[in-house]
Amino acid sequence: MAKQYETVIGLEVHVELATKTKIFCGCSTAFGAAPNAHTCPVCTGMPGSLPVLNKQVVEYAMAVGLATNCQIHQFCKFDRKNYFYPDNPQNYQISQLYLPICHDGFVEVETSAGTRKIGIHEIHMEEDAGKLVHDEWEDCSLVDYNRSGVPLIEIVSEPDMRSAEEVIAYLEKLRLIIQYLGASDCKLQEGSMRADVNLSVREVGTEKFGTRTEMKNLNSFKAIGRAIDGERQRQIELLEEGKPVIQETRRWDDNKEYSYPMRSKEDAHDYRYFPDPDLVPVLISDEWLQEVKDRQPELRTEKLARYKKEFDIPEYDAGIITESKRMADIFEEATALCGKPKKVSNWLMGETLRLLKEENREPETLDFSPKNLAKLIDLAEAGTINQTVAKEVFEQIFYHDVDPETYVEEHGLKTVNDEGELRTVVEGVIAANPQSVSDYKGGKEKALGFLVGQTMKAMKGKANPAAVNAMLRELLA
Amino acid sequence: MANIISDETIEYVGILAKLELSDEEKEQAKKDIGRMLDYVDKLNELDTSGVEPMSHVFPVNNVFREDVVTNGDDHEAILKNAPAAKEQSFMVPKTVE
Amino acid sequence: MQITELTALELGRKIKKKEISVREALDASYQKIETADGELNSFVTLDQEAAYARVEKVQAGIEDGSIAGPLAGVPTAIKDNICTEGLRTTCSSKILYNFVPTYQAEVIRNMEKAGAVILGKTNMDEFAMGSTTETSAFGPTKNPWNTNHVPGGSSGGSCVAVAAGEAPYALGSDTGGSIRQPSSFCGVVGMKPTYGTVSRYGLIAYGSSLDQIGPIARDVSDCAAILEMIASHDKKDSTSVARSDYDFTSALVDDVKGLRIGIPSDYLGEGLDDEVRQAVLAAADVLRQKGAVVEEFDLSLVEYAIPAYYVIASAEASSNLARFDGVKYGYRSEQYEGLHNMYKKSRSEGFGEEVKRRIMLGSFVLSSGYYDAYYLKALRTKALIKQSFDRAFEKYDVILAPASPTTAPELGKSLSDPLKMYLGDIYTISVNLAGLPGISVPCCLDSRGLPIGVQMIGDCFKEKSILRAAYAYEQARGSFPMPAISGTDTAASPTVAAVGNIQSTAASAAGSIQDTAAGSVQNTAAAAGQEGE
Repeated sequence: MAKQYETVIGLEVHVELATKTKIFCGCSTAFGAAPNAHTCPVCTGMPGSLPVLNKQVVEYAMAVGLATNCQIHQFCKFDRKNYFYPDNPQNYQISQLYLPICHDGFVEVETSAGTRKIGIHEIHMEEDAGKLVHDEWEDCSLVDYNRSGVPLIEIVSEPDMRSAEEVIAYLEKLRLIIQYLGASDCKLQEGSMRADVNLSVREVGTEKFGTRTEMKNLNSFKAIGRAIDGERQRQIELLEEGKPVIQETRRWDDNKEYSYPMRSKEDAHDYRYFPDPDLVPVLISDEWLQEVKDRQPELRTEKLARYKKEFDIPEYDAGIITESKRMADIFEEATALCGKPKKVSNWLMGETLRLLKEENREPETLDFSPKNLAKLIDLAEAGTINQTVAKEVFEQIFYHDVDPETYVEEHGLKTVNDEGELRTVVEGVIAANPQSVSDYKGGKEKALGFLVGQTMKAMKGKANPAAVNAMLRELLA
Repeated sequence: MANIISDETIEYVGILAKLELSDEEKEQAKKDIGRMLDYVDKLNELDTSGVEPMSHVFPVNNVFREDVVTNGDDHEAILKNAPAAKEQSFMVPKTVE
Repeated sequence: MQITELTALELGRKIKKKEISVREALDASYQKIETADGELNSFVTLDQEAAYARVEKVQAGIEDGSIAGPLAGVPTAIKDNICTEGLRTTCSSKILYNFVPTYQAEVIRNMEKAGAVILGKTNMDEFAMGSTTETSAFGPTKNPWNTNHVPGGSSGGSCVAVAAGEAPYALGSDTGGSIRQPSSFCGVVGMKPTYGTVSRYGLIAYGSSLDQIGPIARDVSDCAAILEMIASHDKKDSTSVARSDYDFTSALVDDVKGLRIGIPSDYLGEGLDDEVRQAVLAAADVLRQKGAVVEEFDLSLVEYAIPAYYVIASAEASSNLARFDGVKYGYRSEQYEGLHNMYKKSRSEGFGEEVKRRIMLGSFVLSSGYYDAYYLKALRTKALIKQSFDRAFEKYDVILAPASPTTAPELGKSLSDPLKMYLGDIYTISVNLAGLPGISVPCCLDSRGLPIGVQMIGDCFKEKSILRAAYAYEQARGSFPMPAISGTDTAASPTVAAVGNIQSTAASAAGSIQDTAAGSVQNTAAAAGQEGE
């Protein structure tokens, strides 16, 4: 009988923090600038330049640590990790090895097998590297230091995961927590959240861990899933053939669905960590820790419980809405403005999700203002616009964040409530459709629907269907 | 000499430090490092058990910047000393295998 | 008296009184450099164009009162490891042979505000690694007292520029004695402030936890005034300390009554040159005569400072110097194959021997398996050394010591045995490990006509104690002679002329410097005592 193998997975997750400036200098962290436009002597490793720590980085790291049940090292330090590579301008990265800011935490994730607890070994602060672009023309690489010095936290899990499903559940949980904290937007595609997967296999029932490999370059949940399956298979095949697994770093190629070793004889992987003499320790007082604790926003579990209590919306809807911090924010703000949670929820669950799906976008990217959604709901509730018009206007809000009042006004979309005008149109419709009139009078109730439709069409959808109905019945009576 | 530095060690340190030594320089480096380490071994005479390693002489903590953008686009100055540059970027031998 | 013989403060006063213009002061320095520097080689880069371009502005600022400091308009020389915007900064290394900073070191900003005019950048041991200024890629600097001798190092260029009258004052940097030792070899006053007093922003790092910029000048008063100008709390340097008092010149009082001075007996033992020992003891006697309480004591742990220092400084240097890789600035090898070969070739061709030696040692002591045994052990030793100073400063206000075991050695005699060279730093190194302020003041010439300096060490943030002791000593000693520069008198044999000249000047100025050198301690003390009365 074939041997049964168990996969053991630990994750190193890098998250770019949402600070305005870099971790050690006053350069902007904004995306999309021309190469090296966001650089200075500090983040390009100019001789004589010195780092000064951005306080917000410490607060974000603390917030993430607290939200993931970590202990906080109230005395923590920065260390230099020494290695040569052109994306690393000083040829050392400022990171934390000996006293990371957070340690010994956990998160609970929901999987098909129930709730699983994933341990967090530590969270440390460090600086990001620059970007290398290969230049085909001159057979060289070009270095852009705009990302150099952007603050990161690295969240190192315990080897507690056993499947791709658990890994993805863990990552989604981390992402949700961090987004809720506002500490990062956690976009895998853009690289503001990156996961390295440490994976080993062992025969089911054995205690000892197998030799692990580390996989890098995983930039989507799908790629992570495929990489885990691929690497598990590769390692099992090696073991079955009686060959050893080599402890190494491998680069996942998602197109070829295979990982390749990133070895080089010029890399000794001996990082010679030592405390950075240019930076002083961070001492987190009890008061400061308490301040950060007090400022922690409501996280998803608490929010869900509150929604159940406060708002009359289905539990399923509350679950979907709170799965995105952005969606939950829109829900709460719009509800506060219009006072109709059920209606707000309907717009989010219906049209919003439909349009997101059409656009293949994440809820976190929603950028319309809750105020406009609230106004739309008010307009529809007051009967100023009918449902059809409301949907049309919502699309404008979704895409262009228009003010519905102005939009309805400018495009003449208000429901016509003027009885005289309605009577004239209905009389015209009756006169133009003698066959339907006689069908209706002959008892065919369906014919009335056609006449209602014709009237709505003649009024360009701006009529109140109930009023049209009533008017038709009155005139045909 | 108590500390004998092997060829492998010098080779390894050369990789770490990104220095390429001639055979002659290697022999000299082996001798020099060995002698320095013999001298440094003098520290072992000292009982330092229970002594905290001292990185900073003063107990200064918590030196921070506020999260405010203070730097503008200064790429021209940053690239001014570059041995090779192209498209506002530093040019290096290709890094991908 | 010639302009180049004035102290910086004297020149500053004359500029203020319009007796000398800023341009005349600059002319005098450049003329001196013109005649002397061919032989001395104290400058790596001169910048007449920028200096003269600044003259008008500084002169106008002094006249309208917007530039008010006592050193306004006084020319200065800057050690070449301090970044000067638009002015080449090389660390005397081939790897930075073409590096022109686009940013200003914080000290330079402070000096510009005070109206300093920079003459140029001074030679040094490559990346400040060395004690002789012979490891410079731009050739050695020579001692103006005897050009067959080294000026000491690593701030040799700055000390020679001041000693020879090329610059009224200069900046140096001190990681293990690099200001105090060459000051002592060149007969000038050099001071290393308490760690964190002068911003390190723009100082190209050697050993970040030990490096400190400091003044080099002709007398103690100049030193205090320069320190007052350059010291500041800089938010760009996390290790910069906000001090409550930056008024250093107020310590210049000729009164040491009751000042408690300790001389470490363990500094006076084996290895110390006899003439230096006598000079230090004579200086102690001068201070005792003036009312200080002087005694010998055991500092302990002296022999552990050098090994601890070389582990810490080399480890930090191996990391600090990693950025010199041919990618962003400086030298890139002409021929290489691929990235890693480019790194290796650029660094191997760009760095000199001593620098490579320390990078190798530093990389080794931090490498896997050795970190605890070497690096952490050295940091623990550092903690113990700090404690032994703390104990000493419970009893004493000032520690009096030699600055170096010998006077300046001959050129070419030191580098062949690095370990022996390192041992020369024995009296200065522990001051850096403990972050303390220290000052070296010339006391006399040895029998060969080479200056001997005495070092005064204070507790952290107690610059004023050592300035006061140094000032009082200097008052008793009288003015110290300047060396005769061969370039000015081509007829005579330079060495003989220099020595002869100095000995006679010294004798008349200080009363009995020759006697002191010869061992007649009593005489000096008596002479000084009489002067005090």
